[in-house]
Amino acid sequence: MSVLLLEGIDVLGRTAVTIDPSPAHVVGTGGAIGAVLRYVTTQRVSERLSSERVPLATVAVNVIGSFVLGLVVFAGAGGSTLRLVGTGICGSFTTFSSFSVETVRLYERGDRVPAVATAAVTLACSLAAIGLAWLLVAATAL
Amino acid sequence: MVNAHPLVRLETLALIAVGGFAGSNLRFFAMGLVPDVPSIVLVNAVGSAVLAFLVYEADYADRLTARTRLVFTTGVLSSLTTYSTFALQTALAASPLALGGIVAANYGLGLAGVLVGRFLARRLGVPRPTGGETT
Repeated sequence: MSVLLLEGIDVLGRTAVTIDPSPAHVVGTGGAIGAVLRYVTTQRVSERLSSERVPLATVAVNVIGSFVLGLVVFAGAGGSTLRLVGTGICGSFTTFSSFSVETVRLYERGDRVPAVATAAVTLACSLAAIGLAWLLVAATAL
Repeated sequence: MVNAHPLVRLETLALIAVGGFAGSNLRFFAMGLVPDVPSIVLVNAVGSAVLAFLVYEADYADRLTARTRLVFTTGVLSSLTTYSTFALQTALAASPLALGGIVAANYGLGLAGVLVGRFLARRLGVPRPTGGETT
């Protein structure tokens, strides 16, 4: 009986060691984490910096997510780490659909300058954040 | 929602997590089917169109419950679409022409998707007598 039990543990142990989660599970898990983090961040930003004219929360998650993705990619992460943090967490944390819908709603409400500025500033800040991530990785690698 | 019971908030987070799992997997699936840059354009355009439909649907017909909206808007669609991968592809573009093309495709088709979603929501929903635009 005890031998059987030990064998059972052994088998379980072996499968646990050699377990290779499917990429879809890794991406999905990261996606769930990223979505919840986006919701929590959006709530926090909206509470503190409520703005009728600029969707600050969406700008914030997109710039932060781009920065972290830059860090992960430039640091040379691959395989499951890239899928979990890059495709999953950063991919879900940032959003294009909320960005485009909020921009169009701003524009059609008459806030045309803030709408165009939001679109331009999001892109400029995200690219700058990726550049900063590259600099940080390059500096720490030296 | 802000002063809701902690267990209500837990349900909210669980619904978003389930939606995020599905949305990110759909994006991953698209990235496997189509090359990297077109796949992101595709998910961003389609996700923008569907999100616009759901958001404008609230202005016109408003048939969906708050939970359904939460799962699909904050969960699935916001996770299906992504800004970070698009920004990284832009930053790593091989030439100024490619950079311009990636930005134009994502911004152009994303915004066009919103207009399509808005159009469909207006066609399918009878405007409510109070509030909303009357065009």
